[in-house]
Amino acid sequence: MKEILKSLWQKLFGDSVRAFGVVSLVFLVSLAIAPAKNHFSEWRHYQHGYLKMIRNRSDAVTLQRHFEGGIQQIWLPDIGVVDRCTSCHVGLKEASLNDVPTQPFRPHPVIPHKLDQFGCTICHRGQGAATTVAEAHSSTLAWEQPILPAKYIESSCGECHRGPLPGTPQLNQGRHLLSRYGCVHCHTVKLLNGSTMKATDDPPSLSHIADKTTREWIYAWLKDPQAYAATATMPSFKLIDDDARDMSAFLIANSTPQPGDTATLAAKVSSDPAAGASLYGESFCASCHAVQNAAGNLVGGDVGPELTRVGNKVKPEWLQAWLRNPRNYDEETAMPHYRFNDSQVATLSGFLLAKTDSDLLANVHLEAATPEQIAHGKRLVSDYGCASCHEIAGIKKPENFAPELSRIGNKPVTQLVFLPGMQHTLPDYIAAKIKQPRAFGQSLKMPQYTFTPAQIDSLATALLALNDRAATLPPSLTVAAKPDSDYQPAGKAGKLMTDLACFSCHRINGHGGDMAPDLTWEGSSVQRPWLVEFLRNPNTLRPSLIRRMPRFNLTDGEVNELADYIMTVYQSPSINRDSMPLSGYPQGQVELGRQLFYGKYACQGCHIVDTKTDKGYIGPTLTQVGSRLTAAWIFAWMKNPQALRPGTIEPNRAMSDEDVRALTAFLMAQEGGGKSEVARAK
Amino acid sequence: MIRPSLTMVTLLAVLATSCSHKTAPVVPPKPAGFGAAIVESSGEKQTTQAGTALPQPLVLQVNDQQGSGVAGARVEFSAAPGVTFDPADALTDSSGQVTTIVTLGGMAGRYQVTASSIDKAGKKLSLTIEEIALGYQQTLGRQLNDQYCERCHNPESTVERVSNFDNLEIKPHPFTEGDTLNKLTDADLTAIISHGGPALNKSALMPAWGSTLSRSDIQALISYIRAISDPSNRNAGPVYGQN
Repeated sequence: MKEILKSLWQKLFGDSVRAFGVVSLVFLVSLAIAPAKNHFSEWRHYQHGYLKMIRNRSDAVTLQRHFEGGIQQIWLPDIGVVDRCTSCHVGLKEASLNDVPTQPFRPHPVIPHKLDQFGCTICHRGQGAATTVAEAHSSTLAWEQPILPAKYIESSCGECHRGPLPGTPQLNQGRHLLSRYGCVHCHTVKLLNGSTMKATDDPPSLSHIADKTTREWIYAWLKDPQAYAATATMPSFKLIDDDARDMSAFLIANSTPQPGDTATLAAKVSSDPAAGASLYGESFCASCHAVQNAAGNLVGGDVGPELTRVGNKVKPEWLQAWLRNPRNYDEETAMPHYRFNDSQVATLSGFLLAKTDSDLLANVHLEAATPEQIAHGKRLVSDYGCASCHEIAGIKKPENFAPELSRIGNKPVTQLVFLPGMQHTLPDYIAAKIKQPRAFGQSLKMPQYTFTPAQIDSLATALLALNDRAATLPPSLTVAAKPDSDYQPAGKAGKLMTDLACFSCHRINGHGGDMAPDLTWEGSSVQRPWLVEFLRNPNTLRPSLIRRMPRFNLTDGEVNELADYIMTVYQSPSINRDSMPLSGYPQGQVELGRQLFYGKYACQGCHIVDTKTDKGYIGPTLTQVGSRLTAAWIFAWMKNPQALRPGTIEPNRAMSDEDVRALTAFLMAQEGGGKSEVARAK
Repeated sequence: MIRPSLTMVTLLAVLATSCSHKTAPVVPPKPAGFGAAIVESSGEKQTTQAGTALPQPLVLQVNDQQGSGVAGARVEFSAAPGVTFDPADALTDSSGQVTTIVTLGGMAGRYQVTASSIDKAGKKLSLTIEEIALGYQQTLGRQLNDQYCERCHNPESTVERVSNFDNLEIKPHPFTEGDTLNKLTDADLTAIISHGGPALNKSALMPAWGSTLSRSDIQALISYIRAISDPSNRNAGPVYGQN
């Protein structure tokens, strides 16, 4: 061994000339390493590949001309972008490469932003300055943030765009779910405009729960809310039987009676299913409440709770009191005060109480609660943070009950505990945590929701947008959300509108729901006699739609109060309702309007004027539009519908004034029969 | 000398088995039944945003020669890289059906999904279906379609949305009707959307949307129409098959 080494040494460094030669050779080789590394670099390999690929294409010359070799870089100092992604992704701007199936040569899909304005990593993250695939795409020791998986890409839109966007349905849904499922009751989310995200799920107060329901139902509900109603917002806390027993004992013992709730049945519960179904239908309960039909499909809206098994839940006396005036039990409820008479209350309560499922409470047998059980139940109610969502007498809403999520989007992965087998990335962690919170520890309090995979992805998208970078982007880039309006109508009419819960369906001045037409300019739009008749008896021509204006059984005084307020206050400044007469248009003009209606503009595709020939029912029926709308409104509407109700589906036909005047004359001549039976579509 | 080496061998063997036990891949379910054909039950030709899960799960059925479902047949799903299945591999239930949630890859286009199983003789059965992933522009187009176009152009009614299709004297073309729509160029479609049916000597029941929708809105709509067309449009981008 020693001999060999010695002879090798002799051969290489035996004399000074030889030693000099060898050292020079080593030096030269080491000098060549850097250029060789450069020559064999990944980006050069991809650029060669690109040139080879475009050579045989018909547009080779154009593509060749656009091609620039060497390392490419997008440098935008204002937003901290140094992106060299285009060194490998060479064809990003070449729309004609759309048929190329593999990366890195796909063109970028059409988006509203320019590559040169924002670079790549603003949306896709990853390490922009890196020049190898691994370093640019994955996390390394020096760079934590890997490429954002495509399914969460909309979270990057959300860093600048604080409100909903038409092109980002997933982000919009995620933000909606954070409020709708009450995540923000427990997890504080401070937004960058200084406000705090608010929940929209409206969990009921439990202070008078014993008036409303039984301990057995509470027990079954606590054990599995979705067994009672598949659509229930309340998640499952996976309680053991004893815990559910004690919590239900505490909630019942803690409940105090609300005057009026436990009154003896004022009206006998009637059992006429046909009458009940027809009153349920006439009152358009299904606009807000869903019921599972025989085929297992939910039919109805999701504003109020699902009623499939409501008979298992509510006490008859409470239900009748609720139907009489829901605001007595819950002042803030979205449910209108219908002003039902005794016999209607009896019919409807009988109909609803018959909606039961004999299996639901069949196996629930609870002994009378002991004081120890009640005390234990109280402790559990505090421990699980029930008061974060529900008002419970004697228990304060806990502060900071769950981790704040205001900056969850840049939580370092080193601070996360992953499950065995899962990928160590933040998006995967968030999705897994929402999917099955207790998988991360049986003692964790976060309950089990029943989100679909798509809902989980959208929640993760919305949460990833809550990060430090969003806070540090230049303010000029941020697009603020439209602020929420807290508009409230004034005076007696305002009180009446709150009582009838008009804002649960209608929007006025930016406040309220979107189920029914926006009423901001209703006073300019309609004629008073029609409005009075409609409020008294909102008839419909189209029973096929389940969402309609219900009949509230208003008194004459109430109808006049509302009509006066609407006619005076909800006036558009740009429409003078007296500028055009309601009738007396020359026959020739009316006839011209008819021709335009059926010919040039083919309005009968969506509207009905003559019930014998016209069939379209996308827009409102116009058989008596002449006694419903003002001429000035029709004129302004046809000139530009979106200016009066943004987002309305009637197209702006860019009509000449002459055409609009003729159509207005024709429509004002449609006064219909004596009885008002005008339907309105959204 | 023999004894220690024996101990060593046993030790190594024990180590090896315990290690291999730990790192053993999830044991694939053992098939208990064998079919003759795989057929689609529901979930084909769905659209979703690129990178996201399809709204409805994919349900397939393994049938025997008589066409009735076979329970316990093993079905494996595969597709282009980037597509994931939950589960990727399952046995059919008592009615012969297997259900999986499909998440499409991050690039817009059509994705071929292949389900495979084996028959009694060990021969491979397979079924390939297509799903559609929408990019940003197509998603925007779909949103506009849902708001403005679908009420007339989609003949299907739902509980929430009654179709106006049957009320129209001249029927509009459903956007999936590739045989007709693929013959129209983008310029034709732009003209008909902007200026209404009469622009191409078609019915005035198709109104002009040029003053309601912007140029980019109309482009987005066309990109959506191209994406969902059946048979597919050749400008709709690549088809991602199994590599």
